[in-house]
Amino acid sequence: MTAKGKSAKAQMGAAKKGAARKIVARKGRTVRTTYREAVREAIRDALARDPRVFLMGEDVGRYGGCYAVSKGLLEEFGEDRVRDTPLSESGFVGAGIGAALGGMRPIVEVMTVNFSLLALDQIVNNAATIPHMSGGQFAVPLVIRMATGSGRQLAAQHSHSLEGWYAHIPGIKVLAPATLADARGMLWSALLDPNPVLIFEHVLLYNMEGDLAADAGPVPIEGAAVRREGTDISLVTYGGSLFKCLAAAEELAADGIAAEVIDLRCLRPLDEATILASVAKTHRALIVDEGWRSGGISAEIATRIVEGGFYDLDAPVARLCGAEVPIPYPRHLEEASVPQTADITAAARALVRPE
Amino acid sequence: MTAAKGKVRLTRDSALALLAGMLRIRRFEETCAELYTAEKIRGFLHLYIGEEAIAVGALDALAPDDAVVATYREHGHALARGIAMDRIMAEMYGKQSGCSRGRGGSMHIYDAATRFYGGNAIVGGGLPLAVGLALADRMQGRDAVTACFFGEGAVAEGEFHESANLAALWKLPVLFVCENNRYAMGTALDRSESQTDLHVKAASYAMGSEVVDGMDVVAVEAAARRAVDAMRSGGGPHFLECRTYRFRAHSMFDAQLYRDKAEIEEWKTHGPVVRFTAWLRETGLLHDSDLARIEADIAAEIDAAVAFAEAAPWEPVEDLERFVLMAEVPE
Repeated sequence: MTAKGKSAKAQMGAAKKGAARKIVARKGRTVRTTYREAVREAIRDALARDPRVFLMGEDVGRYGGCYAVSKGLLEEFGEDRVRDTPLSESGFVGAGIGAALGGMRPIVEVMTVNFSLLALDQIVNNAATIPHMSGGQFAVPLVIRMATGSGRQLAAQHSHSLEGWYAHIPGIKVLAPATLADARGMLWSALLDPNPVLIFEHVLLYNMEGDLAADAGPVPIEGAAVRREGTDISLVTYGGSLFKCLAAAEELAADGIAAEVIDLRCLRPLDEATILASVAKTHRALIVDEGWRSGGISAEIATRIVEGGFYDLDAPVARLCGAEVPIPYPRHLEEASVPQTADITAAARALVRPE
Repeated sequence: MTAAKGKVRLTRDSALALLAGMLRIRRFEETCAELYTAEKIRGFLHLYIGEEAIAVGALDALAPDDAVVATYREHGHALARGIAMDRIMAEMYGKQSGCSRGRGGSMHIYDAATRFYGGNAIVGGGLPLAVGLALADRMQGRDAVTACFFGEGAVAEGEFHESANLAALWKLPVLFVCENNRYAMGTALDRSESQTDLHVKAASYAMGSEVVDGMDVVAVEAAARRAVDAMRSGGGPHFLECRTYRFRAHSMFDAQLYRDKAEIEEWKTHGPVVRFTAWLRETGLLHDSDLARIEADIAAEIDAAVAFAEAAPWEPVEDLERFVLMAEVPE
């Protein structure tokens, strides 16, 4: 575990609030849990429900997972179903695709999104194409999970947010669970989906703690969620930036600005309707994304707003994105590389109350 | 021929079936070349002429429940696996009645009924799939094997090494069939590999590995049968380096500046069809009337396949995005 700086702690605090807000609405018994435990519970549940499900990836078994997500699962389910792989991303991701073609329901874990680039051929050229290229004879019901994002001082080969790249590709679905309920509930729905589904788990969320309904179960994997309602500006975000946006909304509220916070949840397909409905109400949009601005998912969202909601806008669509650098190691530079709560608050305020 | 050594019990019928299988591919490919010139078939077209003994021999050793993964030079494998010729030809045309509804074309033949998983145009890209298919069979308690065909060029790819290691580590029933035709497109083997005995590389992954005369259909079949039998009884993956030669250009765009005409002519003299035909005649298994009948049957089948492809409808443009996302997993 890395040491946490002040700002990371502040994010965790914001994270708790956000997660709690969703769960309070569900009455009934809740359990205290972390995002990591919620993902683990989702995997355990899937392994227990369906004998076709198995987990494979680097160090998922004896080590317990690079981020300790799968700890204990090897002991519970055995080596056949919790399968340690060699360091062969292309090999084992491709084997996951083959196993899905052969009737299994694999969960493939790739340690971090940067490593997934070694498996890009399999994901883009095989998983995303075979159903269409075979004229619908074959489906690839596969889930690939990976860590994404910055915040653990892991420098430029472990910290990037490349989920927007994957969202470019027809034939796959791209999920970004941010809440405990989504971390717990998206996996099973993804496994039921006949298509390859990529799940991006932000590294800063694993330690996030909150209350989750004791009977929490599968949730839909399509559609954005309005995590906080507001009338003055729409903050459109996903993943690790959600809780920064919720914290910013809290600060803005103290200032008399009611920000609506949209958690995209799914980057492909994009829930354009929810985004446009929000913008129709607030007339302003700020997109917050850790990924780079040039050619990023934020550009896609901005374009959709302009295409579908141009006449609703009272201000230009704005974006806060990752700085265009390979994310550096030192804490202060790493923090400066991605949008922080204060940046979001300032950008939102400038949009609502221009000088 | 290897049959003389008694490795494979060759009846007259099975011998003629092997010959017919190779001739069927040869004539189909020749027709494809003509249809390409006539602009009925477009895109890239990679012909299997010269290499027929490998698909015919190796696939003869498989059972119907086994899986097959092939490359972009896969018409021969598709035919030998039993996919109907008319559906393959319609796929060449890009028609709706093609085995992939025309979406794949020459390089992407798929067929669920025969467990034929493409048709992969990324060199080495099919190998990890084969490992996964074998894993799925084993995890579901089936004794099927997966045959994975690839050229010697794929051996330079990381995916070959990752797949070989994974299959051997997990003792999965993958038959790696390397079709060593000596040229990766235009790059000769000794210009791309430090170790040109490719079976040695495979052996280093602790799997059964041997070199086979890929111009000898009986030798290929015998080797494949031995490997498949061993794999079905838990022997882990096997590697066959089948030494062969591509008589035609890499694709229809290839001017073949990288090799001598004399070299091609020399290889043609001991091609799989001429050699096997000569041997069958010598041993008295093949009569002129057999050959005439085989050729006539093939010609009729090809004529029917071309007519089928010509008459087949196009996929409607409204269905362009169909199957990008699936609504369910097909049974």
